Amino acid sequence: MQSPPSQTPRQTALYQSHVAAGGRMVEFAGFMMPLHYGSQLEEHRQVRRAVGVFDVSHMGIVDIVGPQAHSYLRGLLANDVARLDGPGQALYSCLLQHDGGILDDLLVYALGKGAYRLVVNAATAARDLEFMRAALQGYAARVIHRQDLAMLAIQGPHARTVLPPLLPVSLRHHTQALKPFSAVWADDWMLACTGYTGEDGFEVMLPASQAADFWGRLRAAGITPIGLGARDTLRLEAGMHLYGHDMDESLSPLDCGLGWTVAWQPETREFIGRQALLQRKAAGARHKMVGLILQTRGVLRSGMPLLTANGEHGVITSGGFAPTLERSIALARVPLHCAERVEVDLRGRIGIARVVKPPFVRFGEILVDI
Amino acid sequence: MSDFPAELRYAPSHEWVRVEDDGTVTVGISDHAQALLGDLVFVETPQVDSQVTAGGACAVVESVKAASDVYAPISGEIVEVNSLLSDSPELINSDPYGQGWIFKIKAADLDEVENLLDAEGYEASLDADDS
Repeated sequence: MQSPPSQTPRQTALYQSHVAAGGRMVEFAGFMMPLHYGSQLEEHRQVRRAVGVFDVSHMGIVDIVGPQAHSYLRGLLANDVARLDGPGQALYSCLLQHDGGILDDLLVYALGKGAYRLVVNAATAARDLEFMRAALQGYAARVIHRQDLAMLAIQGPHARTVLPPLLPVSLRHHTQALKPFSAVWADDWMLACTGYTGEDGFEVMLPASQAADFWGRLRAAGITPIGLGARDTLRLEAGMHLYGHDMDESLSPLDCGLGWTVAWQPETREFIGRQALLQRKAAGARHKMVGLILQTRGVLRSGMPLLTANGEHGVITSGGFAPTLERSIALARVPLHCAERVEVDLRGRIGIARVVKPPFVRFGEILVDI
Repeated sequence: MSDFPAELRYAPSHEWVRVEDDGTVTVGISDHAQALLGDLVFVETPQVDSQVTAGGACAVVESVKAASDVYAPISGEIVEVNSLLSDSPELINSDPYGQGWIFKIKAADLDEVENLLDAEGYEASLDADDS
């Protein structure tokens, strides 16, 4: 999934801004990105209690335009863009291989007649583009990789208060009323009420040439920069899946708790992977995704094997220390009939974890018993 | 920039040691190591009275990022562990050479300390890693 290490990592438009802010720069999905700017724990808490800004320009922004963009996407995605009520609405979907395995998960925004915008994962963007272009055959539509754009996420309970005056005037007045999974745009700036933290907040796409200036204005307004480390623990607490960990091409949405994102109706919609998925559905799911809270000492990590009460195997797909709960938590793929407790192999030591239903945290509130 | 006190000795695996007045040897991880690990969230200390061998894994430090073994820089018996770390692992981040110490060893042979790197030698070993 990762880009070949031999390639020189790319920089986002904000690389110098991160270095100037003391960012510990690491290679991630072919980009040099800030892991943290001093303390990952502090950054996590900052987003839960106030507001922070993330550079997410490594994500792939892909516009689908043309008279048949709509029918192309209805054939491409496992969720159905016909469910979008109108321009400015967004939808979460998996992009499937023909065998039903997940190639990527993404957000699709309706931008108006014959125009959509997808936001895909950084590590999979090149592969997605190749797949999407191959699938274009016969459709009057184009796939445009918007590498001219940058993307910043402004997340946290104060986001709605602090952001408006820092936006272009044309977007400013829309911020207050913008609902989750909706977006507005003007002159190549797009403001979406979406995110990956479980908090209120926004994602802003803008010309890369203006990104450093916008970042400077956010910082001057006292908004703290947040690195990829906290982005991962925030999304884990929010119970959101991460491609390459909680799902990949060997698994279908039915295997990893994403069955709800597949639009089976109408039955006449033939999307890529539908037939394979129907077969997998008929065979019955064997696994489900659950949340875990470690009851003993240590930290749950991705890849750790686990055992259920009746001796069946499962695996931790994402794990870590949850700063809001001050416990280690995880997402895990477990057999369907998994009891309330599992044993996890923590580097040779057995830990006991309790099974819970994610999300662990939403809007600053702990939603599980710890 | 990382800090390497001149009065300490260092193992290439990033532990520091200090010989105390009573002859025991205090062990922790270097400022460089804690910075690489990031925020510490869990420390597993060795059993008091257990025997450790130079180069053997005897403690675990876990950060938000990863778990990492701590190796005994010298052989001997564990005589004390830092009990503050179970509730405050972040002491290793904030004060790696002071309150963030991890365990104390009664050395089998104190001369083993002489085999470790001095501050200059340890710093040079880090530069070599970077190149």
